[in-house]
Amino acid sequence: MQWESWSAFWNMGGAAFYVWGSYCLTFALIALELVLVFQRRKDTVNRLLRWRKAVGRNGRGNEQRAAAGPNGVAIE
Amino acid sequence: MSRPDRGPSILRFAAPQNFYPLAGRLAPWFAGLAVVLTLVGLWLGFVVAPTDATQGEVYRVIFIHVPAAWMSMFIYLVMAFWSAVGLVMNTRLSFLMSQALAPTGAMFCVVALWTGALWGKPTWGAYWVWDARLTSQALLLFLYLGFIALTRAIEDPRRADRAGAIIALVGAVNVPVIYFSVKWWNTLHQGASVSLTKAPSMATTMLAGMLVMAIASWAYTLAVVLWRVRPMILERERHTEWVGAELMREALRQGGRA
Amino acid sequence: MLSTFFAVLRRDLLLAWRGRADVLVTLAFFVIVVCLFPFGVGAEPNQLRAIAPGVLWVAALLACLLSLHRLFAQDHVDGTLEQLLLSSEPAVLWVTAKVLAFWLTTGLPVVAVAPVLALLLDLEQGGLPVLVISLLLGTPILALLGAVGAALTLGLRGGGMLLALLVLPLFVPVLIFGAGAVEAELSGTGAAAHLLLLGGGLAGALALAPWGCAAALRVSTE
Repeated sequence: MQWESWSAFWNMGGAAFYVWGSYCLTFALIALELVLVFQRRKDTVNRLLRWRKAVGRNGRGNEQRAAAGPNGVAIE
Repeated sequence: MSRPDRGPSILRFAAPQNFYPLAGRLAPWFAGLAVVLTLVGLWLGFVVAPTDATQGEVYRVIFIHVPAAWMSMFIYLVMAFWSAVGLVMNTRLSFLMSQALAPTGAMFCVVALWTGALWGKPTWGAYWVWDARLTSQALLLFLYLGFIALTRAIEDPRRADRAGAIIALVGAVNVPVIYFSVKWWNTLHQGASVSLTKAPSMATTMLAGMLVMAIASWAYTLAVVLWRVRPMILERERHTEWVGAELMREALRQGGRA
Repeated sequence: MLSTFFAVLRRDLLLAWRGRADVLVTLAFFVIVVCLFPFGVGAEPNQLRAIAPGVLWVAALLACLLSLHRLFAQDHVDGTLEQLLLSSEPAVLWVTAKVLAFWLTTGLPVVAVAPVLALLLDLEQGGLPVLVISLLLGTPILALLGAVGAALTLGLRGGGMLLALLVLPLFVPVLIFGAGAVEAELSGTGAAAHLLLLGGGLAGALALAPWGCAAALRVSTE
């Protein structure tokens, strides 16, 4: 065990600002990235649902596209 | 491959509708692995590893600085790899992978620069030194930003994919040139500077902590990239039946929750 | 095959001659940027002498960057580019011709004016030949790398800033070896190594960039 007390741990031998500054920004950025990724997923799903509804109402395209089949195989 | 869905080939997962659910299943596992490894790495780094004889406690920044720097370079290589695969084999998924990787790579670049600066202040006496590593790290960040800006600026997805792939490859060819030239310039201008990573007597526990954190950042990258690529696949494949079914399922899930 | 090369080269040079005001603007830009530095850092001769190689190189690089958009824009708008891409001639050939014409009309004038500006900054006479040689070797690399970026950003909104973001990091090695050559010559260590590396870089860029540029043009116009 390296630390005599919690306050010694938080103090980091006087380098608290540098050490905890590094770790705080890193974890803040990771949290931000995760939030953005999930936000984007939700936005995309909602937008595509609305888009599908609009395409369905206009009655054009949807069946035509569906008839083309799931063109999922990417390697031509 | 007359019947691609029956083949044991790994190429089956090059098809977006096969890859999409796979990515969804794998991502939480990688995320869990990343959390566990991060906790182990932090425990090793802060509890087990001893105080450094010359630098004191400041060196504990190494447990994120070095893995982040490694990861930012490695991600660029992977990005260039997927770009090359996309250009050669014409696989749409490869382009999406390289675009999903870029923001995470840029994030690790920022982390490496920030921690480098905060480590540099007590070690060198300045937040920023025009050290070869820091400088090439900054240039790598610009390469990432250029890639992201270019792929976002182009509206036609086909053009965006290919243009991004070309600039990723051009960047990958130039990264060694940039690193070499910056190093050359640095040795001429700076003389000997304190090297952060060339600690002569690094305790094995320090090394272990660093490696565990490096693996944790791998797992994190895999998780977040798989999560990011999934909506991109939905967007691109929105005309297909399977995305329609997937969206229905998603709508039901949302309706159930509300 | 070479006839295509020379036909495109002659056409581009002719067009540049008709729009020679553009070339003059590039040159004026180069001169003004260099003249800004004494106002910014002070007119102390020793200081100016010390920063002269770097200032001249950065200004040459910016002049090249700001004229890059001219490389394909006009041909893109009037459809020449598509015709060229559809033709059976190898794209690498006429891309190289266009880049060469671009360099002759922007790079070469900059190189010609640089020694005069070097005198303004009181660069020592001994450094002038090396400055010219380094610019002669380095500015074609800038044009070749920049051509790839210009091809990728063809017709995009805000393409100018994007182009700068894409190509400036790639220009850094050229800047390092170019300005470094002059400084090495003045400090007495000799500029041979720098100039050889620049030459190697030029050979590499000449071998790779036209292909990348041709591929980028196909992507941008399809």
